Amino acid sequence: MTLGTTKTTLRLVGAAVAGAVALGGGTALAQTVKIGTPSFLTGAAAPAFGIPAKKGAELIVRGINNGELPAPYNNSGLAGRQIELLVYDEAGGGTKQVTELRNKVQKDNVDAIIGIISSGTCAALTKVAEELKVLTIQTVCGTPRVFEEINKDPKYVFRTINHATANNVSAARYLAAKMKDKVKGFAGINQNYAWGQDSWRDFELAMKTLIPAAKASTKPQFPKLFSGQYGTEISALSRSRENIVHSSFWGGDLEAFIGQASARGLFKRKAFVLTVGETVAYRLGKKFPQGIMAGTRGPYGMYVVDDQTPLNQWFQREYRKAYGSPPSQPAYQYAQGFLAAKYAYDKAAKAAGKFPSTDQVIAELRGATFPTFVGNVKMGLSKGHQAITDDRWGVTAWDEKRGEVVVKDVVVFPPECVNPPDGVGSIEWLKGGMKGASC
Amino acid sequence: MTRLFDKTFWGLTIGLVALFALNFLLEEWMRSIGLQSLSRGCVAIGLLVLWRTGLVSFGHALFFGFGAYTVAMLQIIGVNDIILLLIGGCATAGLLALVLGFLLRQYRAIFFALLNMAFSMILYGVLAKVEALGSTDGIGINQVSFFGFVPSDDSYRPTLFIFAVIFAYIAAVGSHWYLKSTLGLMTMAVRENEIRVEYLGYSAEKAIHIKYVLSGVLAGMGGVIMALTIGHVDPDSMVYWTVSGDFVFITILAGTGNVGATFIGALVYELLRTYAFEFAPEIWQLILGGSLLLIIMFLPDGLWSIRSEWRNRRALAAAKSGDAPAGE
Repeated sequence: MTLGTTKTTLRLVGAAVAGAVALGGGTALAQTVKIGTPSFLTGAAAPAFGIPAKKGAELIVRGINNGELPAPYNNSGLAGRQIELLVYDEAGGGTKQVTELRNKVQKDNVDAIIGIISSGTCAALTKVAEELKVLTIQTVCGTPRVFEEINKDPKYVFRTINHATANNVSAARYLAAKMKDKVKGFAGINQNYAWGQDSWRDFELAMKTLIPAAKASTKPQFPKLFSGQYGTEISALSRSRENIVHSSFWGGDLEAFIGQASARGLFKRKAFVLTVGETVAYRLGKKFPQGIMAGTRGPYGMYVVDDQTPLNQWFQREYRKAYGSPPSQPAYQYAQGFLAAKYAYDKAAKAAGKFPSTDQVIAELRGATFPTFVGNVKMGLSKGHQAITDDRWGVTAWDEKRGEVVVKDVVVFPPECVNPPDGVGSIEWLKGGMKGASC
Repeated sequence: MTRLFDKTFWGLTIGLVALFALNFLLEEWMRSIGLQSLSRGCVAIGLLVLWRTGLVSFGHALFFGFGAYTVAMLQIIGVNDIILLLIGGCATAGLLALVLGFLLRQYRAIFFALLNMAFSMILYGVLAKVEALGSTDGIGINQVSFFGFVPSDDSYRPTLFIFAVIFAYIAAVGSHWYLKSTLGLMTMAVRENEIRVEYLGYSAEKAIHIKYVLSGVLAGMGGVIMALTIGHVDPDSMVYWTVSGDFVFITILAGTGNVGATFIGALVYELLRTYAFEFAPEIWQLILGGSLLLIIMFLPDGLWSIRSEWRNRRALAAAKSGDAPAGE
């Protein structure tokens, strides 16, 4: 009886081992490029950022793997190999993300990390990514500190989106271009954490240079992150003399604020600058305020909805087909990170004549200029690791025929107009009156 | 003095030696999980010490974060040796506990738990405002030296692991001995009947105050280890109240039977989280919560109670079959 059980157990173990070997052998034969993609799948940042970002990543990976994309990305795979996408949750804070990065690199053997939404995650992961020697393409996070303070001599870490300073500078430039004489002063409502504090500081400094006559409110509002109730702040803003309100609100906080401020008619009385307002525009639809300035940190989402480049048309069409809604900025920004990888892997493979090493891929991406959905991404700052793109601002309107929010009166600011020159720190540049900007 | 060198002591010592040996075999991601378990284990011992008195703190991330941020601040002024950072982290956390203890020792039950949480959220609010420390984005921690020795890149983390194991060992053995001392044993008396303790001539408040400082020092130590393990400190993953929740989770998971169990609890928690995260990226929190529920329902005294449960059953079975287990 005992003997019989032992035998059966042995047989089972044998079968399991054989199965494992077969499986292992299977993956080894069809070689893939494993890419880990952090994005907020749970928590407050999921609906407006994490989920569209994940959808954008999944769509572009499908496009790359099947060779569906238009030229110049029309051959299949990354350097001929299929992408194996591992999307994982970005929630849980820096400690958790560092652990998860180690797991993905050392346990699951990913070849690259593409993604990251929160500046906090980028700040926490940058050094570890260098230590682990894993190619990391940061796609959404905004803080300039990533390369200006934390990682001044990057090798493995790249960022394929403008840092947040550019966005606030271009917002100020738009105001200067469109309503310079009408600006009587500007107030702000930003969340009380790094993103909100930095955004307000950048905007304030840029306005000082561009519209010196406009005075900043002495009482900028900094409500708690995720507080959800803005009654007192809205009252204060209504009574304030300033006619411009700057806000870097996002996600649920932004939706709550829009709901409460609309009800009290605040959007009719003040000109709003919502630096990442576009993230909730499609979700709110007709409830999204009209006639305000809403940004996307570059040429993404509703700013490029009608742009006719084949790549952009493919993305718009397939995204709507797959998910039933238009792609907002995080979808574009995540997909753009994959385009960067596709560009660098393919080019490195061509040069090497075989599947490239990580070092060869890095060499191609550093300082590169590659075509994205609309226009180019230029890896122009921080030794070729920080991207610059153009940035666009316009005024929102409701398009009855499409049933979507659109932007009108758009101004395109070239990359060199809204970014500091290479080697100059963002704050230093802003404080020095933005010298060297060419518009 | 042989009383000191009991089963738990030897168990912990065997654990120490085993971890030293394991250090050569571990893959880096496992070592990383190990380091975090050691860090959280230290904090959980601190909670265990309080727990034995019937006090639960929902705010020990206060001391944990204080230890971690002390590392960041000491590095800014140029202190970079692990032993100085450890002493600094433990001392500041201990000092904070000493000061707060004068207030908190007067409270019990939910008031104690929530006051702790309130203090931890004050620290969170302050840190979220301080731009020099990176506000909510946090600040990076550099690699440290070990008594002046700077290991190569490849041997840095194994060295860190050895030091963390030694620190955790000292914390565990020290706490174990403390809990066995008169002062330590009095904790349970305080829990059962505080007034009677006072009549016996001891001060319950003083006993609680000492415990509170000890638990603060242990949490500070956990914070130092965590800061060095992660290489980054930020308010959300060091000071926020959910972090305190993690520690309570681990204490419940491990049970308060034995200081060694807290490390096992911390490791189980870490593995649970890693795999829940990997296999269910969209509902991993649900799995964590579900497991806690199951533990509370089926193992109300934590993982450690599996051992006594098993012993009881064996004894019962032995009694039934007629022969008593040898030696017991």
